[in-house]
Amino acid sequence: MHSDVTQFDLAAPPSLQAVLKQLAAEPGKHAPIAGGTEMMVALGAGRLQQRSLLSIQHLRELRFIRVEDRLLHIGSGTTFTDIRRSAEIAKHLPLLVQSASWTGSVANQNRGTIGGNICNASPAADTPPALLAYGATVTLVSASGERTMRYVDFHLGYKKTALRPDELLHSIHVPLVFGDHRQYIRKVGTRNAQAISKIALAAVAKVEEQRLADVRLGAASLTDRPVRCSATEAVLSGASLASDALEETIRLARAALAGETHAIDDIRSTARYRGAVAGNLLEEFLRSLAG
Amino acid sequence: MSLVHLTINGENKSVEVPPMKRLLDVLREDLHLTGTKEGCGEGECGACAVLLNGELVNSCLIPALQANGTSLCTIEGVSTEGHLHPIQQCFLEKGGAQCGICTPGMILATQHLLNKYPNPTMEQIQEGLAGNLCRCTGYMRIFESVQEAAKLQNAGAGA
Ligand SMILES: Cc1cc2nc3c(=O)[nH]c(=O)nc-3n(C[C@H](O)[C@H](O)[C@H](O)COP(=O)(O)OP(=O)(O)OC[C@H]3O[C@@H](n4cnc5c(N)ncnc54)[C@H](O)[C@@H]3O)c2cc1C
Ligand code: FES
Ligand code: FES
Repeated sequence: MHSDVTQFDLAAPPSLQAVLKQLAAEPGKHAPIAGGTEMMVALGAGRLQQRSLLSIQHLRELRFIRVEDRLLHIGSGTTFTDIRRSAEIAKHLPLLVQSASWTGSVANQNRGTIGGNICNASPAADTPPALLAYGATVTLVSASGERTMRYVDFHLGYKKTALRPDELLHSIHVPLVFGDHRQYIRKVGTRNAQAISKIALAAVAKVEEQRLADVRLGAASLTDRPVRCSATEAVLSGASLASDALEETIRLARAALAGETHAIDDIRSTARYRGAVAGNLLEEFLRSLAG
Repeated sequence: MSLVHLTINGENKSVEVPPMKRLLDVLREDLHLTGTKEGCGEGECGACAVLLNGELVNSCLIPALQANGTSLCTIEGVSTEGHLHPIQQCFLEKGGAQCGICTPGMILATQHLLNKYPNPTMEQIQEGLAGNLCRCTGYMRIFESVQEAAKLQNAGAGA
């Protein structure tokens, strides 16, 4: 082991309120730890910055899946296994089930949480593209209250989120409006092959008389954070899938997506490859809709 | 230091350890249960896998305090009264174990898998064991051991 564990402190306050009170009392001093599948790896590698951790893994208040007011609510402490076992999520959000099944081994899925996945804010994380395509919102809580924002606005930059030091991600909400949409998700590359590439694209769209409507695209690894591809969505809105127009629709969509792909400096060498793969996935989605 | 209470292989134990000490090290150093192995130390290999409240987890990624109040099953708790568990017997007979480093984790992952799917398909076996790496067997004999164990358990359950 590369870290001296005696240099780290960990407490498990009995309730969400108790955790929030402690975060507020000394902002920035403590960091939450949920399933620990990111933080314990960082500890082992000697790169865990925070010295004082508060476990939220045992908090029942953060671990739930329920449907209410035409929204599916998912607590931040919900594990990938919980997601894969949920009949509600399977019924309404198949892309989320698919992405949860990609997040490492069974042992990792039994422990890793959706909250940890998005708060860790890796541009390559697996569940964000689906949540972006589904137009999710997120609720953040602190001792002084809570706020809800669009999930696209949660990611501010590379590993940067809208969370204040005294806040926790409480839950994620997805509107249940996708019954008539066609849905698509695909990931290329493995976690271990990140140096080469890992692209994921999640997409939902309606097709009405061979025209696209309500297109929503979420992607991983295209820029420094998980992104919604709004320029490409705009190009595709109302676009035709008819056989005499399909090739032009694909060409315009690929060009728009390339324009939204930004190299991250340290992986510049693979940016072109990533852009090409993302274009291929988008094309596959569009052809599947036309076919 | 934190006082951590565990039920381990059916026995109640308490240990006083740094709260961020890895469960893996608590098992091996404080409880002297060295059947649980360390491979990678970063969640990739499954050599350290144990069952925590019946769920398969990698003990190298669990801080001691997060195991407080849980019930654990390690490889030492799999056999009963000196008799190998059917899964262990099948690994032995089908050549599912060679050097043995991956074996404790493989056995617990198999137990978890067979609890979930008493009749696993090859795909389910492969997904269930995907987090357990083996440098020796080439996996085919492990998959055969799992299939044999499933057969044996189902025959036992039917009898
Ligand atoms: C072997 C292995 C394979 C993996 N494979 C994949 C993969 O294929 N795809 C993938 O996307 N990920 C993968 N991961 C990464 C990891 O499992 C996921 O990112 C997981 O979702 C992290 O969740 P956690 O609860 O374990 O996070 P933790 O390690 O507990 O926390 C991660 C970060 O999020 C913060 N945090 C957690 N919960 C909250 C909250 N409620 N509010 C505010 N902040 C919070 C923590 O402070 C920390 O900064 C893998 C990890 C391992 C070890
Ligand atoms: S030692 Fe824990 S997964 Fe490899
Ligand atoms: S038997 Fe040697 S690593 Fe699997």
